Amino acid sequence: MARPIREKKEKGDSGNPKEDAIEVMATVIEPLPNAMFRVELENKHQVLAHVSGKMQKNFIRILAGDKVAVELSPYDLTRGRIVYRYK
Amino acid sequence: MAIHLRSAEELEKMHRAGLIVHEILTALRDIVRPGQTTMDLEKFAEEKIAGKPGKAAFKGYRGYPCSLCTSVNGEIVHGIPSPKRKLREGDIVSIDFGMELDGYFADSAVTVPVGKIRPEVLKLLDVTRESLDRAIDKMRPGNRLGDVGHAVQSWVEQHGYSVVREFVGHGIGTKMHDEPNLPNYGEEGRGARLQEGMVIAVEPMVNAGSPEVRMRDEWVAETADGSPSAHFEHTVAVTANGPWILTRPREMTGPSW
Repeated sequence: MARPIREKKEKGDSGNPKEDAIEVMATVIEPLPNAMFRVELENKHQVLAHVSGKMQKNFIRILAGDKVAVELSPYDLTRGRIVYRYK
Repeated sequence: MAIHLRSAEELEKMHRAGLIVHEILTALRDIVRPGQTTMDLEKFAEEKIAGKPGKAAFKGYRGYPCSLCTSVNGEIVHGIPSPKRKLREGDIVSIDFGMELDGYFADSAVTVPVGKIRPEVLKLLDVTRESLDRAIDKMRPGNRLGDVGHAVQSWVEQHGYSVVREFVGHGIGTKMHDEPNLPNYGEEGRGARLQEGMVIAVEPMVNAGSPEVRMRDEWVAETADGSPSAHFEHTVAVTANGPWILTRPREMTGPSW
């Protein structure tokens, strides 16, 4: 069987963990110090998430109860990055 | 990743697998006839495989559904046998087959004419077959991978044909596809040096027209311009005495297909 010169990528590994991140919707449960929040995902799992630098730079506030988008690391599904706050 | 160097016992195991591959491929080559479907060929092969030790290497490999690859005319490689694909007089079909025996793999392929074919197509087969022999002849310790690829490319291009870039030969042993990649193109003097104990599946894929490849689906690759494509393959070991074609009987001499 001939081998293709560019092998198809395995699972979610593109070599760049930032691209492989899994983005999910979550609700903020409680604020923690240092721009960290405990958030709850749709599957009831709770995750430690920090606010992304872009949001801090643009002074976007986050409160408990907000619905936010969280990027989860492919290496540790209990840590995430809050990247968007929904209306 | 490093290139494995196989011991004499390992080579023997691969040769055993290679002999089965050779037996089944030659049987297939001899029964190809207009009116058969590519699925008929698959069934024929499966029956023969059942009576042999080891198992077909392709079935289940990355989800491939069959034991053979049957690539007709413009299809280059990885054609999937189908009851809907009937072979007609004038077609050419490339049959690719591999076996796993005792944990070791062998891989070989041949392009067979169906009935009478046009002289231009016959020439494509002859040139491709010869390119494989020239490539095998370069498989000696001290030569480089680029020498092998160059041998194929220069011979093929001399005749106005083109070499497929998207698929390459490959190391083979405990895995179907292993290091190194052996492209069918290259520059002499470049690439890794061949050493005794290396085993590589050498498989020139040659298009009558342009080298561009189009994927018909996730498996089947075909020529972008529709021109026919030929494919011949052997699993070759580099030994101190020169190349050893594991996918045919040791006593056999002459053109490898």
